Amino acid sequence: MMPVFTEHFGNASSIHWFGQQAKTMIDDARSKVAKLINAETSEIVFLSGGTEADNLAIRGIAESQKSRGKHIITSQIEHHAVMHTCKDLEKQGYEVTWIPVSRDGLVDPGNIQRALRPDSILISIMHANNEIGTIQPIEEIGAIAEAADVYFHSDGVQSTGKIPVDVRRLKVDMYSISGHKIHGPKGAGALFIRKGTILKPLMTGGGHERNRRSGTENVAGIVGLGEAARLARLGLSTEMPRVEALRNRLEAGLKARIEMIHVNGEDAPRLPNTSNIMVDFAEGEGLVISLDLKGVAVSTGSACSSGSLEPSHVLTAIGKTPDEAHGSLRLSLSALTTEEDIDYVIHVLPGIVERLRELSPYYKKV
Amino acid sequence: MIAVAMSGGVDSSTAAVLLKEAGEEIVGLSMQLWNQRRVLQGEDEDLKRAGRCCSLDDIWDARRVASHLGMPFYVLNLENEFESTVVSPFVASYLRGETPSPCILCNNDVKFHHLVDKAAGIGADKVATGHYARVRHDESLGRWLLLRGKDRGKDQSYFLFGLTQNQLSKTVFPLGELSKPEVREIARRAGLPTYDKAESQEICFVQGRSYADFVEKYAGTGSEKPGDIVTKEGEVVGSHTGIHKFTVGQRKGHVATGRPQYVVKIEPFENRIVIGNDPELHERRFTIRDSNWIAIENVTEPIRCDVQIRNRFDPQPASVSRSEDGKIVVEFDKPQRAITPGQAAVLYWDDVVVGGGWIERIAVRPERPSVKTL
Repeated sequence: MMPVFTEHFGNASSIHWFGQQAKTMIDDARSKVAKLINAETSEIVFLSGGTEADNLAIRGIAESQKSRGKHIITSQIEHHAVMHTCKDLEKQGYEVTWIPVSRDGLVDPGNIQRALRPDSILISIMHANNEIGTIQPIEEIGAIAEAADVYFHSDGVQSTGKIPVDVRRLKVDMYSISGHKIHGPKGAGALFIRKGTILKPLMTGGGHERNRRSGTENVAGIVGLGEAARLARLGLSTEMPRVEALRNRLEAGLKARIEMIHVNGEDAPRLPNTSNIMVDFAEGEGLVISLDLKGVAVSTGSACSSGSLEPSHVLTAIGKTPDEAHGSLRLSLSALTTEEDIDYVIHVLPGIVERLRELSPYYKKV
Repeated sequence: MIAVAMSGGVDSSTAAVLLKEAGEEIVGLSMQLWNQRRVLQGEDEDLKRAGRCCSLDDIWDARRVASHLGMPFYVLNLENEFESTVVSPFVASYLRGETPSPCILCNNDVKFHHLVDKAAGIGADKVATGHYARVRHDESLGRWLLLRGKDRGKDQSYFLFGLTQNQLSKTVFPLGELSKPEVREIARRAGLPTYDKAESQEICFVQGRSYADFVEKYAGTGSEKPGDIVTKEGEVVGSHTGIHKFTVGQRKGHVATGRPQYVVKIEPFENRIVIGNDPELHERRFTIRDSNWIAIENVTEPIRCDVQIRNRFDPQPASVSRSEDGKIVVEFDKPQRAITPGQAAVLYWDDVVVGGGWIERIAVRPERPSVKTL
């Protein structure tokens, strides 16, 4: 990324050599991202991040297909970028079917099949959930979408780089990727758009990115995303099994040392790096702040919900009460997490939980 | 560890500076208290979400200060607590003809009550704020005392009369011995990005609108109940569109007798505003409810003290006693102007806060002042 700030100042749309250099760097990044998910290079569109990718996919199809129908199918545990976009479309006269999930946080493909109507135009189901990490049966849903000839989008922000992704095998038409979720820069993302997909762009302008996304390219961000994608692909087979072992060590260690804790989505297929732990009788905000003061950065609910009092819609959808949802912790690991880090959390968390439980009027009664 | 309640203003920021300079381990906490969307009825959800919090700029300022001081900082969302213990009682109080004092409720029930708890939860044994007041433990009484801030002009002890012994024992007021100019100087010297920030005077959640307008928006339709304006003798001299628009002592344009007329009483059940001339605004006796005692355990025997009945008011000598039905009765030596239900009455011995309560009922003025029939 750094040479883009210090040497290669060209605008990728220009004919001159400086511009051509920038364009080359972007296309190089494009091929790296494509390779990570088994797409063709020309099927990758760069944009500002996961949220824009989700918006472009959903609004783009809604707009281009509205003469065919106005029915969209999605789940109750999507990221806000999908959820609020679909809610907005509901206000514009689209109909949305919100598919529930099991207590483990899984969508039943049979429910998607049953929700299909002649006027259905889009199915949008996330690949892996951002809060609890459960992995959805995308391949099965992809087959259903293909048979019904309905566009299929999957928000792959959480799953990319953590589990193998093959957009051909998954039969998705669109797949969202975010830079910073794979150690790339913030403010850069990509949308895979299968060749032949008809989708109306969100931005009007100079027709960048093959008319999919107008606006001068964020060259540095894109180059960073490309490199992150390359490294993520290499780490899939080497790093992720190690991360999964660490995650399991964390959960086992905490369960052994703290009473009354539960792992959400434990029995479902899960991402190797995510752990969502519900701590009974301890308030999530206090847990997060106490851990942060000890140098451990975690979140409660979902990061995007911080500063809001609404319990996480994901935890509500898997049947948790608002109180249970507020007492949940999301711990995310990465290739950079060490065994020492994990043991440190196992060491400090029990004391924090005990202190918070002492303050809980309900705990004393148990 | 001490948790510093940071509002984003100069005072609480300077409190953090002083504690840090004293070598204390500190953590900053800001409270997100109010969200304007709560009074926007029936408007688009997305627009409401865009509206967000009225004090966001202040929270951003607090975060900048914390970052400048290199201290950990967190925002606590206490919107629900604030609405149920401050905003909703504020509106209810206006609708029953009182003039509420929401900042005191906020101190008692939000800032100190919840903050002390939250602080304990994250391992902080004390809470510091930027109030101009002092706390001291008196060995002989075995009690924690609340005293006026040394800067009499800035003193905020009046707003803190509701603090319990437990809360006082966990409270630090680093500005108690300082004057405002000294505080600004410390803030400037410490390079705080907010050292010259203007002071907030308005009630935070009604910013930019009138109280009456806020009450109506919050309470919804039906809060504007028209009624009569009457003289003390009951003669109807005008009409009003809701008692929440009036405050005792407020000048009212109706001149029935050629002399200036004032609101002397608000009668919620009759839905009437009673007006009269200035002498009729002066009373000696009233009762208080929900009292809290700091320097004493309770009022058993009558006590002598100085009583302050609103923020800007010179405390006046009075006797305070408990009536036969258990009510706390305050009797000023001399009649005082516009004793207002809903405001707090705080009792002092010089700088020491004895305790206080909420002004409830103003005694009826005797027909003949010479006959003491109270």
